[in-house]
Amino acid sequence: MQWLRRGALKPKRCWGTTVQTKRDMRVIEFENVAYSYGGGELLSDISVKLAPGSFHFLTGPSGSGKTTLMKLCYGALLPTAGHVSLFGKDVRAMDRDDIAMIRRRVGVVHQDCQFLNHLPVAENIGLPLTVSGRHAETGGDDLQELLSWVGLSSRADALPPELSGGERQRAALARAVIMSPDVVLADEPTGNVDWEMSQRLLRLLVELNRMGKTVLIATHDLGLIRATKAQVQARVLRIANRRIQLAGADL
Amino acid sequence: MLRIALTALWNGDRQADRVVPPSGFTAQLTLFAAGTMAFLAVFALALSLASGRLANIWGQELARTATIRVVAPIDQRSAQTEAALRILETTKGVATARALTDEEQQSLLAPWFGPELAIDALPVPRLIEIIEEDDGMDADGLRLRLAAEVPGAVLDNHSRWRAPLVKAASRLKLLGWVSMILIIATLAAMVTLAANAALSANAQVIAVLRLVGATDSYIAQAFIRRFTLRALTGAAAGTGVGLLAILLLPSTADAGGFLTGLGFQGWHWVVPLVIPFLSGGVAFAATGAAARRTLKELA
Repeated sequence: MQWLRRGALKPKRCWGTTVQTKRDMRVIEFENVAYSYGGGELLSDISVKLAPGSFHFLTGPSGSGKTTLMKLCYGALLPTAGHVSLFGKDVRAMDRDDIAMIRRRVGVVHQDCQFLNHLPVAENIGLPLTVSGRHAETGGDDLQELLSWVGLSSRADALPPELSGGERQRAALARAVIMSPDVVLADEPTGNVDWEMSQRLLRLLVELNRMGKTVLIATHDLGLIRATKAQVQARVLRIANRRIQLAGADL
Repeated sequence: MLRIALTALWNGDRQADRVVPPSGFTAQLTLFAAGTMAFLAVFALALSLASGRLANIWGQELARTATIRVVAPIDQRSAQTEAALRILETTKGVATARALTDEEQQSLLAPWFGPELAIDALPVPRLIEIIEEDDGMDADGLRLRLAAEVPGAVLDNHSRWRAPLVKAASRLKLLGWVSMILIIATLAAMVTLAANAALSANAQVIAVLRLVGATDSYIAQAFIRRFTLRALTGAAAGTGVGLLAILLLPSTADAGGFLTGLGFQGWHWVVPLVIPFLSGGVAFAATGAAARRTLKELA
């Protein structure tokens, strides 16, 4: 995984003002954020800062708003109150193209990942490059290296519907990191896979974090969190009663 | 902005085209609709241009002529004809005036009475043919002078015949253009429907593209390119068939009647070639509008 480190696929910087290496810079910042669906309030008064290179878990019972909070992190939802800043810019001030640019710097892995079912796996993984006008780079060795990193070299020409659950998750992870994003968001990445596969996915995410990526994983699997804490210094955010708490080390 | 969009369209981002799955059957429908509309547009155009030509002919060529009928007993007829011709010689705006001969009048009446008719035995009015100068003549003034000096002479400057014909031809021309506009609007409506259907059918594709950082214009381009090329191709085929059909219309030139023939003359043959490009342009705009509308509603 040399290329992720050396930044061979470093995304074009769209904001000259963003200096990502500065330690006091927050890549994602929530300030008294609330989110309501229709009548009820799902999240309220949430203030969180994710520093570059940090590793966070987001946990909480089903329906507590983990996915909603993740969506707030990449501009798929706008907060109903408070402010969400991504790379130092308020999401409310962004237009749709700004959001698109944000997504080139934030890799997202969903619980049920969607692909373009008519294109083979390799092209799906290279899709972020294609849509940002860098299709030529998908022909290079980097994509091959990435495929072997997630263990999908032999499945490169398969179509997404032919993949197993674990293969889909790994393909989604590869697609999320091909742009060498600053942040990787994973929403229940191990939801559909067995323990061994979830360990493998976790190792990949830990490896990404060691390369300096900010990682945020939403999961309700406490066993997974415990297993990971041995490998990396991870902080755990827990959603309870619509608010966020920093869970203790005793977890 | 438009130029950039068009350049992107023609240079063709083949990759952007690939991200939307091929649509098979519905693509054929768009092609067919564009072809049919172009075919109809060729005829609407032919109708407009032909009736425009007709209106011109009736309006201008007939306007340059007038006729005087000298209705008088046979013994006074030639005297009155002479008197009318003398008046015409001194009338401003008359280029030439000449009384038709017996033979000419006989040939004019031949279709009705047959060639054996002895015309000199009948009190047929003598006709005087007047060719006006470009500025025209004062028909009312002439009528007054004729009434005073040649009681049997009646001036007919053809406007009675001409006006309704010119009006009808102009109306036909207008109808042709209205049909043209309706055809283009229908094409726009059909492309919009097809584009909307394609956009909703590909909702998942669009969601994936947005997630991995595609801009709206990138996504829209894939659809716009597709529908513009389809409309262009379909309309080109439709226009070709339409032109062929017009070429194969039986010629009416020999009949020499009022119909100058539905069709194109001279440089008018170039005009229908605009139809495919117009269709492409309409599809480009319609798909773009549909895509922008749909994408705005998505996360």
